[in-house]
Amino acid sequence: MSTATGYNFAYLDEQSKRMIRRAILKGVAIPGYQVPFGGREMPLPHGWGTGGMQVTASVIGEADKLKVIDQGADDTTNAVSIRRFFAHTAGVETTEQTAEATLIQTRHRIPERPLQADQILIYQVPIPEPLRFIEPRESETRKMHALSEYGAMQVKLYEDVARFGHIATSYDYPVMVNNRYMMDPSPIPKFDNPKMSMMPALQLFGAGFEKRIYAVPPFTQVESLDFDDHPFEVQSWDEACAICGSDHSFLDEVITDDNGSKMFVCSDTDYCRERVEQGFVGTAADLPIAEVGTN
Amino acid sequence: MYVAVKGGEKAIDNAHALMRTQRRGDSAIAELSVDQIRQQLPLAVDRVMNEGSVYDPELAALALKQASGDAVEAIFLLRAYRTTLPRFGYSEPLDTEQMQIERRISGTFKDMPGGQILGSTYDYTHRLLDFSLLAAGEAEVAPEEANALSEALAAGNSCPRVLELLNKEGLIEQSREAGTPDEVPRDLTREPVNYPAERAVRLQNLIRGDEGFLLSLSYASMRGYGDSHPFSGEMRTGRVSVELVPEELGFPIEVGEVLLTESEMVNQFHGSKELPPQFTRGYGIAFGRAERKAMSVALVERALRAEELGEEVLYPTQDQEFVLSHTDCVSANGFVSHLKLPHYVDFQSELEMIRRLRKEQVQRTESTTKEEADA
Repeated sequence: MSTATGYNFAYLDEQSKRMIRRAILKGVAIPGYQVPFGGREMPLPHGWGTGGMQVTASVIGEADKLKVIDQGADDTTNAVSIRRFFAHTAGVETTEQTAEATLIQTRHRIPERPLQADQILIYQVPIPEPLRFIEPRESETRKMHALSEYGAMQVKLYEDVARFGHIATSYDYPVMVNNRYMMDPSPIPKFDNPKMSMMPALQLFGAGFEKRIYAVPPFTQVESLDFDDHPFEVQSWDEACAICGSDHSFLDEVITDDNGSKMFVCSDTDYCRERVEQGFVGTAADLPIAEVGTN
Repeated sequence: MYVAVKGGEKAIDNAHALMRTQRRGDSAIAELSVDQIRQQLPLAVDRVMNEGSVYDPELAALALKQASGDAVEAIFLLRAYRTTLPRFGYSEPLDTEQMQIERRISGTFKDMPGGQILGSTYDYTHRLLDFSLLAAGEAEVAPEEANALSEALAAGNSCPRVLELLNKEGLIEQSREAGTPDEVPRDLTREPVNYPAERAVRLQNLIRGDEGFLLSLSYASMRGYGDSHPFSGEMRTGRVSVELVPEELGFPIEVGEVLLTESEMVNQFHGSKELPPQFTRGYGIAFGRAERKAMSVALVERALRAEELGEEVLYPTQDQEFVLSHTDCVSANGFVSHLKLPHYVDFQSELEMIRRLRKEQVQRTESTTKEEADA
């Protein structure tokens, strides 16, 4: 495969990659701590995955197989755009299969299939600071982290309990990493939070325009915040995936007609495909599946 | 029937092809050249250079053409190019006192050494649409004498800055204390910004900041949300030479010149326990002919010095983190526009949550009604 002429392997110059790798190493050494780094301008807009892309560009090698997902799917437009970017600038092999990917860059999901020790999961992070909406000032939140002063977040969650009867945060749900740092897991649904804990794969987080990198090393404890009498719980659906019949994966709701009829399908497209291959079927298996355009 | 959202790859290609067609417009009309943009839309080019942080009128014009004239998109293109450029080194500090002046205005003195030079300006024009431009006629050009005079001025001797005249009398603060060593400013495109940020970093940030945002902030500060209603001590535009010390030579050589607009504001300051009453400075500089930008930078810059001067920080314009974190149009545009990206998963989580909350509320109301009925 050829790479883009005039640009270094994987776009960033080697000095920048080294700087980013140093930040990653520091992040791995201090799980959950936000490491400031000299975030570079990328040819994609901020908020569209530039942090994840800089991390990917810094750890990717010629032998890697890259998978990019957005909302769990490989074929959403931004995932396509980022996958193409690396196919073009690094000439690496890409895949849609979770099982065979060595690097997975993701936005808003963790794949349903458990990840392995030889894989790296790279999250795109819009706002790395879990305390940002409680205290907008960076100079303050850095102090709060340094002193492990996280009472304000517990109060916020308690206010939810007092008003609604339970914690009303459904995604971007704050976690404690290795019993030390409070961390923003990026806007994944809280459904995915438990997967982060003791995961054999390395988890890296990149926030491009906020210029922060953080990490969860393999087999690190990640706990979602909760209360003894209001334990953390994940979403569940009464429905099952209409395509593969899965009753245990995160489901997307799809509106199918003008009357608001709906069906539920797996958000993780590769997981759904794998299950269909294994012979699982859902209620919509006999319906014609139309595809807009072709791949 | 379930329509799978597939085919992103093909759709993206088609969307981009459509964009290129739209950009070209009616092919019966002659295509706009980069040279035409550079020559005839120079103020747009200057804005793109400023916020794109690259002094290259040709590339800025190309970016404008490629972006269908959208300044923010053009700035983004230039930034993304800039980030890949190698650094040869850093120039020597520019000496704007040596500027070959083409325009110079002071709002504080009627006349001073070097004089007031009106140069070329939109100020004092009556904003009446000039229909002769619509009729594809040649615009009226400057008479020979005006051109000759302006060239003679530019070639003429440099003149001292107005604020230095005040400085001689000790009426205005020193731009730095005597004996302070030269410090190499941090490069905010290479290092992350930590708050509180020093003045050099604040200025770098403002100079590449969004012109509209800075203009509005300075407007607000002048209207009372920030206590910054200064005098324009001097605003000057002209060419300044850029010097670099190559390692193998060890002495500065001229590598080129840049057209700059510099603004120096004179602000009131009532003094503190340590300092006698004196004027303070607000400073702004920008590439090209960019008076609005340079002045806005100077106003906001001064407002952001509140903390350092012991003034009370009461308004957003005086708040470093608020201002500096939100000046960048590339970041702002990226983050706002990212709402167009899919958020199916998060929205699904919210849907599930809100349905549950509503169901629980109905159940609660029902059980309360039942209890009341039983009682």
